[in-house]
Amino acid sequence: MSLQRFISEAVSPWMKDEGPDSDIVMSSRIRFARNLRNYVFPVLSNGKQNLEVLESIKTKFNEAPNEEVGRLELIEMEDLKPTQKRVLVEKHLVSPNLVEQSKNGAVLLSENETISIMINEEDHFRIQCLEAGLRLKEALNLANSLDDWIESKVDYAFDKRKGYLTSCPTNVGTGMRASVMMHLPALVLTQQLNHIIPAINQLGLVVRGSYGEGSEAQGNIFQISNQITLGKSETDIIEDLQGVVMQVIEKERSARRKLLDNSRIELEDRIYRSLGILENSRIIQSKEAAKCLSNVRLGIDIGLVAGITKSILNELVILTQPGFLQQYAGASLNPAERDIKRATLIRERLELEKQLKKSEGDER
Amino acid sequence: MTCQECGERPATLHFTKIVNGQKTEFHICEICAKEKGELEPGTNHFSIHNLLSGLLNFETPINDSSTHPIYNRERQSCPKCGLTYQQFTQIGRFGCSECYKTFSEKLDPILKKVHGGNTVHSGKLPKRAGAAIEIERKVQNLRTKMQEYIQQEEFEKAAETRDLIRSLEHKASEGGE
Ligand SMILES: [Zn+2]
Ligand SMILES: [Zn+2]
Repeated sequence: MSLQRFISEAVSPWMKDEGPDSDIVMSSRIRFARNLRNYVFPVLSNGKQNLEVLESIKTKFNEAPNEEVGRLELIEMEDLKPTQKRVLVEKHLVSPNLVEQSKNGAVLLSENETISIMINEEDHFRIQCLEAGLRLKEALNLANSLDDWIESKVDYAFDKRKGYLTSCPTNVGTGMRASVMMHLPALVLTQQLNHIIPAINQLGLVVRGSYGEGSEAQGNIFQISNQITLGKSETDIIEDLQGVVMQVIEKERSARRKLLDNSRIELEDRIYRSLGILENSRIIQSKEAAKCLSNVRLGIDIGLVAGITKSILNELVILTQPGFLQQYAGASLNPAERDIKRATLIRERLELEKQLKKSEGDER
Repeated sequence: MTCQECGERPATLHFTKIVNGQKTEFHICEICAKEKGELEPGTNHFSIHNLLSGLLNFETPINDSSTHPIYNRERQSCPKCGLTYQQFTQIGRFGCSECYKTFSEKLDPILKKVHGGNTVHSGKLPKRAGAAIEIERKVQNLRTKMQEYIQQEEFEKAAETRDLIRSLEHKASEGGE
């Protein structure tokens, strides 16, 4: 395993397996914020303290948490080129904050990229576990085991009344943010999402677009997560979240069915036009690419489009962001050059997929 | 003022960050703020930050701190990290675990607003520190019970409870840090 692998592959290994309800839920994520009792939080550190934290982590966490997880690779932000940092952000393996603001920031990554433990971000530790599909419980179990492993080696900042002490009081208590990333094209198309979001907010959960805002989220990708971290147990938080997510899944599925029943030809037209654009365009902006990728993904999920693997769309969403485009080009690109490179990449990737499918067919 | 990120739209959000004791100001438009925040799945530094500073501002308006009378409590600073309440309202972050004690008086109303009325943790306990806390919680309950027994003049039960407390405390001192 090397830094090169983390940087060069757009799709994290965990993304290749689809997971439950993958026609709508792309991923589930648990994040724990943890701090060390005897050090000031990274925000106020004079660099020297962050360095001490990082150095002690290098020695203490140099072994595998357990056999299943394997050894974690430590990557220091200082050692990365700007494009490499951007790529890690685009893969959601590190936060923009770690890359831009941190002093002595680093990340521990597992080989399958399910686990990323950021060091010296806003908090000393940000333990993050990602799973494909709707798998909050599995992600929570994994995060708990990593948390126990870390706690066996360091003294956490913990207060019996306030729980895990975090730099930002919006995270105090469990320090946990649980979130589910969902693809909701039919709810957007039928304009139902605008009514659903306020109802979800009432339950102490937050909905936000993945790369855009409100209902204009790029690629119709939305994230639902808990706002409250204090006064509820971790299990209660994910059960509440899971309950809401299940309801949203139901609503999206029924909206898809209705669209198919009532406006099948319009839906087909929309999907195949998008596929046509992706397969043929020579210049494409990220917004249009995201929209088309969402349409094609919907086409695959409702069985209208065959012959394209869904994970390719996940791959293209990440691959066509600025950091990856420049990584692929091996040079920095201005926005106009990026739009050309993006179109080329998408065309080539879809063509490759066709070839692969064809040769698979020939073998049979 | 234009946005520092895109250089196009007007900056509508203004942040103050303290890095290494150096105050830096950050001006950004809503769209860029969202984009920046969204890049990390599950957290949105900016929107949560906004929410929080909104709440804090509600309590301590910081249009221009120099024109406001400085109250003593605003000057209160954390003995461990030196953060003042005034700085906290600006960056929306605490500087160390001790800050929670230092500013505890002002904290509960804020926590209530952010966490749906809750102020007390009821989730996971860390294994090592948590074992002691668990015992402490039990001892606390037993003490209350013992007082009740004494008031009800059930001295035998009170004595049993007292022994139980002693054995728990013994266990805590052996196993604890
Ligand atoms: Zn901007
Ligand atoms: Zn402090």
